[in-house]
Amino acid sequence: TMHKAFLAVVLGVAFVGSSFAQNLELPKLPYEYNALEPAIDEATMKVHHLGHHMAYLNTLNAALTTLRQNETTKHLAKMGIDKLLQHLSEVPAELKGPVRNGGGGFVNHVLFWNSMRPGGAILAESSTLGARIIQDFGSFQEFKDHFSAQALRLFGAGWAWLITHPADGFRLEVVTTPNQDTPAMEEGKVPLLGLDVWEHAYYLKYMNKRVDYVAAWWSVVDWEAVDARYRVAKGEPVAGAKAEL
Amino acid sequence: ALRGRHHQEHPRTQMAHALPSLTYDYAALEPFVDATTMNIHHTKHHQAYINNLNTALDKHSELKSLSLEELNIKVTTLPEDVRTAIRNNGGGHWNHTMFWKWMAPVGSVNHAPIGSLKAAIDKDFGSFDVLKEKFNAAAAARFGSGWAWLGVKEDGSLGITSTPNQDNPMMDGVADVKMTPILGLDVWEHAYYLKYQNRRADYLASWWNIVNFDTVVELYDAQAKK
Repeated sequence: TMHKAFLAVVLGVAFVGSSFAQNLELPKLPYEYNALEPAIDEATMKVHHLGHHMAYLNTLNAALTTLRQNETTKHLAKMGIDKLLQHLSEVPAELKGPVRNGGGGFVNHVLFWNSMRPGGAILAESSTLGARIIQDFGSFQEFKDHFSAQALRLFGAGWAWLITHPADGFRLEVVTTPNQDTPAMEEGKVPLLGLDVWEHAYYLKYMNKRVDYVAAWWSVVDWEAVDARYRVAKGEPVAGAKAEL
Repeated sequence: ALRGRHHQEHPRTQMAHALPSLTYDYAALEPFVDATTMNIHHTKHHQAYINNLNTALDKHSELKSLSLEELNIKVTTLPEDVRTAIRNNGGGHWNHTMFWKWMAPVGSVNHAPIGSLKAAIDKDFGSFDVLKEKFNAAAAARFGSGWAWLGVKEDGSLGITSTPNQDNPMMDGVADVKMTPILGLDVWEHAYYLKYQNRRADYLASWWNIVNFDTVVELYDAQAKK
C-alpha cells in the first residue's frame, strides 16, 4: 500500500481518480496519525486528514457528480482532477469554486501526506534533485531559507511549493499559492513538494508561531519521495515504479 | 510666540498605533470563545498587525496624519511600496479593534438588535433570525481566511458580505460591496481553531451569544445620521 501511495503521488492522482464513474475516495495516510510527532501533532493529523481533507473531497465529489449528470459537462468529470484544474474556464460558473477549492484541496493534501514520512528522509547531494537544488539555489541551506521565507511571508491561507518547469530545462522554483490553488493549475508547472500554511495545519500545537511549525516540518520531509517525483517528471527510471493509469 | 508654535503639534500627528485594551477579561467570553484564543488573538495576532502597520508607516511618515479609518478607505491610493502591507495590517488593526468591541460577556449588554436597528433589520431581512442565517451563510462560504460583515450600504440599507484576509468593506476599490461595517466576524482559523477545529459552523452558532448589540446599535445610529 505504501508503494501504491508512492506511485499515486509520483504519477499524480491517477491511482485514486481512475474510476471516473464513481466518487473518489479519501486515500489513507501512509503512516499512523502520531507518526510525524513531535513536528506535527497527532490531533492535527487527525482533524487535517479526516476533517479538512475529507471535506475537500466531499466538495469535489459533489461537483463531479453534477458535471457527470449533464451531457455538456460530463467530459469534464472524465478528464481526471489534475487536468480539470487546468480547464477551470470550461467549468460552469456555479461549480468553478467547488472544483477549484475542493479539487485543489484534494490533490494538494494527497501530495502533502506523501511528501512526509516519520523521521523524514535526507536529500543526497548526488541525487538528481539534490544536485539541481545546489545548481539552482546555491546550496541546500539557501534553498531551505528561501522556501521558509516564502512560507512565512504568505498572508492568509495558502501553500508554499517547490516546483519544476519541464519546458524550461526542469528548472526549479519556489512559489506560493493562495487558498487551495495549486501551481499545477497552469500547464508546465509540476509541484514536487508542498507545505500547507493554512492555520489549521499548525494551530493546535504552534498557535500563531508559524515560524516554529515551518522549522519543525523540515525534519519530516521525505526527500526520497520528492526526488522520485522529480525524476519521474524528467522521464528518468524510478526503482519499482510502473506506469499505472 | 516661538515657544507657543514649538509646542503646538499638528493636530493629526499620532503616536505609533498601539494595542487597545479589552474591556473584559480573556476568559469573559467563555464558553463561546475560549480564554486562550482571546489571549493569543489579542496579544499575538492583533499586536503583529499593529507592529507591521507601524513599520510600514515609518517608511512614509506623511501617512501618519491619516486616521486608521482613512488608511483603510484610501488603501488603493497609498504608495505602492507600502500598499499591501497597510491593506493587510491596517485592515487587520481596524478589524480587530472593532472585533473586541463587537463582543461582550453574556448578559452585560444587549445581545439582540433594538430600536431603529431592529426596525431596519426587520425591514431589510424580515427578522433577526433571517439576518443571522444570511450572515452565517456568508461566514461559512468564505473560503480561506477572511471576515463576514453586516454593514450600511451607500443607499442607507443594510447589507451582508464577506471579504478575504484582512480586507473590509470600507476599502474603496477593493470590497465587492462597499459598506460601513456595523458588525464583523473573524473567520480566520486562528479565531476559532483551538476550541472548534474545523467546525466553523459551531463557532458561528456560539458567537451570537456574545455579540455586543449596544456597539452595533451605536454604529448604526451614527451612520443613519449621515
